[in-house]
Amino acid sequence: MSIIWKFGNDVDTDQIVPGRYAPYMRPNEDVGKAAFIEAHPEFNKLAEPGDIIVAGENFGCGSSREYAVLALKRRQIGAIIAKSFARIFYRNAINLGLILIEAPQVVDELSDHDLCTLDLDENRLEVGNHIHRLPEISPFAREIVSAGGLVAYIQTNSRLPGE
Amino acid sequence: MGQTLTEKIFSNSLGRVVQAGEIVVVQPDVVMSHDSLTPGIIDVLQQDFGRNTVKFPNQLVFSFDHVAPASTVGTAENQNKVRAFAQRNNIRLFEVGRGICHQVLVEEGIAQPGFIVLGADSHSTSYGAVGAFGSGMGSTDVAAIWATGKTWLRVPETVRVLITSRFQPGVGPKDLALKIGRELTISGATYQTIEYHGLDWMPLHGRQTLCSMAVELGAKAGIVPPSGEIRRRFTVPEWLFVDEDAEYVRTLEINLDDLQPQIAIPHAVDHVVDLSTVAGMKFHQIFLGTCTNGRYEDMREAASILEGKQISDQVRMIVTPASSQELLKATQDGTLATLITAGATITTPGCGACMGRHQGTLAKNDVCLSTGNRNFKGRMGDPTSSIYLVSPAVAAASALYGVVTDPTSL
Ligand code: SF4
Repeated sequence: MSIIWKFGNDVDTDQIVPGRYAPYMRPNEDVGKAAFIEAHPEFNKLAEPGDIIVAGENFGCGSSREYAVLALKRRQIGAIIAKSFARIFYRNAINLGLILIEAPQVVDELSDHDLCTLDLDENRLEVGNHIHRLPEISPFAREIVSAGGLVAYIQTNSRLPGE
Repeated sequence: MGQTLTEKIFSNSLGRVVQAGEIVVVQPDVVMSHDSLTPGIIDVLQQDFGRNTVKFPNQLVFSFDHVAPASTVGTAENQNKVRAFAQRNNIRLFEVGRGICHQVLVEEGIAQPGFIVLGADSHSTSYGAVGAFGSGMGSTDVAAIWATGKTWLRVPETVRVLITSRFQPGVGPKDLALKIGRELTISGATYQTIEYHGLDWMPLHGRQTLCSMAVELGAKAGIVPPSGEIRRRFTVPEWLFVDEDAEYVRTLEINLDDLQPQIAIPHAVDHVVDLSTVAGMKFHQIFLGTCTNGRYEDMREAASILEGKQISDQVRMIVTPASSQELLKATQDGTLATLITAGATITTPGCGACMGRHQGTLAKNDVCLSTGNRNFKGRMGDPTSSIYLVSPAVAAASALYGVVTDPTSL
């Protein structure tokens, strides 16, 4: 079982990892420890591998800092389900193999701290005895994510996605 | 059928007609990265790709601006790592103090009209000021370009913003950028290009202000059709002009006759209100700088308001020029002397306090008026501090009285 951490709209990259906690500033610290360190201290302390982030519109807006994705990846977040994602964050997440699911219909029905089970093969999320259907991840994104991210994709296929 | 400027730039790069919505693989003309992210990109190249060299050294540019000069041993070590890598691979590097990447690439003529310029920085939308397609990416995407010379992109649809008339006195490009944010909202142009029409008269610096803030609305790029000053200073390819029958997803019209000074209140860039709503509010710090408003013209505008006067002893004013050239211009005509005499302090050209890492980090409950582009919670320092985004004129007028002041009322 995983826990749902619910966020609102427009969660920006400065909230996910403030610039002051960038690997550039703290080369010897695990950036995973900085995930939501100021914006959501409870998440920062208690989030466990497999937990799910649920959010409103425009998750990840702001900077291009890939370490925002990396921090959530290091915390082994199972997936982020949001109404929509900001562009650069979406791309960074695909590249690092973090699962993002755009599911505007589902978000309002989920609550903070709900216990859930995510089944990515069947595109479903179980919360109590309620089963939510999740939309398919776009084939283009799934291809990169299932290869293990952008670097693995290029190494395996000797070409870029879309080429 | 006509094409948007974005479609034209991609068509030119690929040598075939390209339409919005297509996923294409392109070889960008320029790929920029700065001191904050280049060390990590080197790691991806070396550790994940298992390479130590880049495909096209001429395609790459490095700049040191985010924490420059270095503030800790860690940042200093990281900068040395980038210097060594640049030297080994023969990559152009702009050293500490030269200025903010987005300003330097324009000054050096590296970003050119019709180019595709990608950067490991979200404000790479700035290059649209010279008529380039500029867009930001993350470290792994950029490492992949270093390794292969190419990247995939979805050719974005375009929103047209149609501007009519001219600014009233005391109102400028930053007020317009904030107003567009107010209308389009923080995610209103996600995955799209914003084309700004009706601005043939607008000088380069105003175009840079607008395009830098395109990303704050979620946009992939922002472009002002190259005209006026751009045609005088750059070579514009003959195919890079606006087609009257290009297809836009929507058009937003803004008449400058009605535009008042604007202010973005915490903690989102689209929480924009007329300045009069918060006039009289107290604050502690002014930050005049960033890739949005740290140029000579911005310092000049502030100086024209502060000339012969003193800033309030209740506030501090930090001026961080966008580049060494902008700083030099400001020293030559007395702009800098005016600012210093009025009580402002000047820091090294670069990003300065914009990301809260140095040269003006905010303490608990500090309130800052910034000419920058982001007022996210905690961006400039402690999470209880707050940032209000304003124009250089509003910053200077407010500096005089120590409370938010409308420059049109002076
Ligand atoms: S000035 Fe601020 S927004 Fe511009 S590049 Fe530097 S850190 Fe980014």
